Parts: sequence; structure tokens; C-alpha cells
Amino acid sequence: MFSSLGYKKYVDKFMLAVFLTASFITIFITIGIIYVLIVDTFQFFKIVSIKEFLTEKEWTPVFATKKFGIWPLISGTFLIAAIAMVVSIPLGLLIAIYLSEYASDTIKEIAKPIIEFLEAVPTVVYGYFTLLFVTPLLQKIVPNLESFNSLAPGIVLGFMILPYTASMAEDAMKGVPQRIREASYALGATKFWTAIKIIIPASISGIVAGFILGASRAVGETMVVAISAGMYPNLTIDPRLPIQTMTGYIVQVALGDLPFGSIEYLSIFAVGFTLFLIAFIFNSIALWLKSKIRETY
Amino acid sequence: MKNVDRIPKYKKIKSDIIFPTFGFIALFLVVSFIFTLVFDIFLDGFVKLKDPNFYISFPSRFPDKAGILSGWVGTLLVMAGAIFWSLLIGVPAGIYLEEYAKKRGFIGKIEKIIELNINNLAAVPAIIYGLLALGIFVYRFKLGESILTAGLTLSILMLPVIVVNTREAIRRIPKDIREAAYAVGATKWDTVRDHILPYSLGGILTGLIIGASRAIGETAPLITIGALTFIAFLPPNPFIAEFPYISFAKYWEVLMSPFTVLPIQIFNWVSRPQAGFQINAAAAGFILLVLTVVMNALAYYIRLKVRRKYIW
Repeated sequence: MFSSLGYKKYVDKFMLAVFLTASFITIFITIGIIYVLIVDTFQFFKIVSIKEFLTEKEWTPVFATKKFGIWPLISGTFLIAAIAMVVSIPLGLLIAIYLSEYASDTIKEIAKPIIEFLEAVPTVVYGYFTLLFVTPLLQKIVPNLESFNSLAPGIVLGFMILPYTASMAEDAMKGVPQRIREASYALGATKFWTAIKIIIPASISGIVAGFILGASRAVGETMVVAISAGMYPNLTIDPRLPIQTMTGYIVQVALGDLPFGSIEYLSIFAVGFTLFLIAFIFNSIALWLKSKIRETY
Repeated sequence: MKNVDRIPKYKKIKSDIIFPTFGFIALFLVVSFIFTLVFDIFLDGFVKLKDPNFYISFPSRFPDKAGILSGWVGTLLVMAGAIFWSLLIGVPAGIYLEEYAKKRGFIGKIEKIIELNINNLAAVPAIIYGLLALGIFVYRFKLGESILTAGLTLSILMLPVIVVNTREAIRRIPKDIREAAYAVGATKWDTVRDHILPYSLGGILTGLIIGASRAIGETAPLITIGALTFIAFLPPNPFIAEFPYISFAKYWEVLMSPFTVLPIQIFNWVSRPQAGFQINAAAAGFILLVLTVVMNALAYYIRLKVRRKYIW
């Protein structure tokens, strides 16, 4: 009966192979990333000991006396991410509660695309805005603020990651079943207390997952910090001083001419590997938290 | 009940007025942030935006003579590559995961890994893709700091968006369609070609545009692979007068030529101290911003259209 299918059977098999190959290529990309990062980082640690990498307090690969201590870059990265979170968490939570519990449908329909748009703006444009608008503005308020600092990029990043901290938190809150909300109202609770005592605790894993993804995004963000945070690896928690982040260092080195296998070339892979690990840990936590949402209801 | 009783009466009423006010102010703050951004960059770059020479000049040492010609040509060529590669891999991968996946046994486990992997790819910082491209495409495959390398790099960035959107579009097609096709003797590929693909085209297109709008503004991975900031020439023209109208040797030259793109041009101008270059940066930044807005609006419109066209 099916002999009439003829060549079609083979076409069908062939197309399956094509689709399967395409799926496997996505795995090869990850393998490729891990391969380059590990191989070149390994080369790097042949020249610079892991002990120096983790205990040295200075990062001066472009100076005559080269010192490779990752901490100034990590502290710079986390300082900016922390400032971003200080801006983004209250703002995001406020917006999320407002949109999911109070706002009318019209406001919601307008607000959502606007918040999502924050992610679509090219980061180099944010960089321009930070360096030439936000920093001069902040210099009028904050005394002794250098023209390269971590405060301004931190604040701009705080807005930039709102699609995670506000939008994802709102999605989590909306996921709380309406009957739970109504049960709370029926007991006489106001909207505000329902939001604080019922909705937030019920959707906390989704909200925190959004925060962590936002933080991960802030840690990996490159252009804003490369343009406006400076190029000085500086072990400090003073947000007024110029610093350098891991991503900023990679950009700084890549802008020069990079001979294959040189110590500068290898160092950006070591830094990239560190960044990859941090982002991976953040994303895994967020993914685990997200999977917990489904278990609740 | 006890819980509610403990809340004093005045708090009950006032918190429901005060809190939404704060919420609205927060939202207003975000909107004004965006407006300030757009207006600041527009006003700063206005002088250059209305200067037609800005669009047809190469970069220059003199800020008033510098233009974005090599930038936008580079962006166009690199994006063409990125779109080609990401469609080539992303759409088949999405079709496989949604239509062919067995979801059990040993193969099911591999499929689970592929799925997880694509989700993870979306969360990797963009600059890491630059390192991948530098280590693999530039030095190990010896493709150089070329348009081809840049296209491949950005296509990896777009890939997760395209796969996710393809899958979502396919998932919306009801099972009846497939079963009707099988009932009249169509093979799986027949069904995919004649039904699944045409019906999910709108969704795939949406994903493509959203992915492209992200990639077009992406700077970090292209700086990492060593894109030049100063390019005062264009790649050769691969089109010729006689059949087959395209010279493959020249085409290869295009793929292999060094390039710059708009975002890198902006980055280069921003980092210079002269105010003249910052005007250029603002103008080019505004053009880039407009491009992303148009692309996102287009994606939004197509999504709306498709939802109305196919109501199952």
C-alpha cells in the first residue's frame, strides 16, 4: 500500500537528518565556547600561576611589571552590578506590584512594551548617554565624582535590567491564581496588604529569579562600562572612582593588536572564563528558582 | 482574620492610595528616562543628522568631515550574514525540537540537553561569543577579522531567539492540521513543508526581526574579534554585467574583507575627547536607535497580524 510513497520515504529521512544536524550544531557552539575558554585559560595558567591569579591584589598586564590578580576586575564588576541592583530592585518591585495589582489594562498595555524596549536599546547608545549626560548631571550633585566612575554606569544599568527585575517579577505575580487574591480580599485585606503578605511570598521564587538574571546581565554588560567606567583596575568600593570590569578589560585588550598566544591574548580568555563561570552560576540559580514556581501550584 | 485585625484602620485606607501613587511615579521615572535618552541623543546629533554628507562620507581625522558610510555598509553586510546563518541553523533546530522530537529514551535525553543548551546560550554574556569567535573562527579556522567571521558571531547571538520563536509559532498550530495531512497520505516532511512552515512563517519572521534588532546594536563581540574602527574603503562590488551576474571570486573577497559597523564607529567616536566626534557619535547613535525601534515595532505589528490571521 505504501510502496506508492517511493522516493518520498527517502526525502523524509533526509530531511530528518538535516533537522537533527541543525539541532546538534547548537550543542557544538557550547562545546566550542567551553573548549576555547578552557584550552586558552590552561595556557594562561602555564605562565601565570593560579595562586597569583587568585591572591595578587593588582591587575597590571599592560604595565612593564605585569601582575595578574583578578580581584580588582571582580570587585569592579560586582560594584557596578551592586549599584545596578540597588537601583533596579526597588524600582522593579514597585513597578511590578503596581502593574500586576493596581494598573488598568490600558496602562499595562502601554507600560509593558516600554519596559521591554529598555533591553532593545543598543548598549553603545547607553554608553554615550552615561558618559555625556548622566555623569555630568551626577557631578553637580555628588562631590568629587570623577568623569569615569562606577556610579553613573551602575545607575544606567539599573534601568537597563528592568525588563528582568520589573517585567519578570510582574509575570511571576500575575501567575499567582486569582482565587488566592480573592480569598485575601474576602478576609478584609486591602490590595496593598494582599500584595505584600500574599502575592509577594507566593511568587518570591519567580521574583528572585528575575533579580538574579538581571544581576547576571549587569555582570556581563560590556559597552556601558567600557565607555563610562574607565580603564583603571582599582580595588575599591568607592563608586566615585574610575574602575575596570572584566568585560571592560577584554574590550581594552581586544582594541589593541593581539598576537595569537601572547600573554595579553591568553589573559582575556582567563578573564572570560571567570566571567562565564559567574554568569553560569547565576543562570543556574535562576533556572532552579524558576523550576520551583511550577511546583507551588 | 487575626492578621487583618492587627492592621490599623488608617493604614488600610491610605496604603492603597499611597502605594499606587509611588508605583505610578516609578513607571513615570522609567518613561522619562527613555525620553531623556532619546531626546539627548537626538539634540546632540541633530547638526549631523541633517547633513547629507554624513551618510556618504568615510570616517576621517576631522570630525566635521567624518561620516558613517563604511559603518552602515558594514552593518548591512554583517547583518545579511548573521540572518543567513541563524536562519540556516535556527529554523531547522526549532522544527526538530517541536515536530520530530521523540521526548523519551536515550534520544529524548539528548533532546533535553539540546533544549537546555539553547536556553543557556541565551544567557551567556555577549562578549563570551566574541571570545569564541576570536579563538575559533579567527585563529583556529583562519577566517580572519572579516565580514564572514562577524556574521557567524552575530548569528550565534540571534540563534536562541530564532529557535524559541520558531518553536512557539509551531506549538500554536493545532494537532488536527497534522493529523488531517497524515490522513491523506502526506509524509512528515510533506506536512512540515506544506503546513507547519507556512503557518509558522509569521512567528519565525517575528523572531528573526527581534533577533536582528538585538544583533544590529551589538558591539562587544565584534570588538573582541578585532573589528577595525577606521575603514576608509568599501568591500569590492561582486556584481558583474554578464551571466551569472555575480563574480564568486569577488564575492569571497567581500566575505573576507575587513569591516567596521555602526556601533563600533560610535564607540570609537565616543572615546575621543574632541566634542566634534561626540556629535557624530550622537547622530550615528540616533540612527541606530531608530533602526531598533522600527524593527521592534515591525515585529510587534507582524505578531499582531499573525495572531489575527490564524485563529484556530
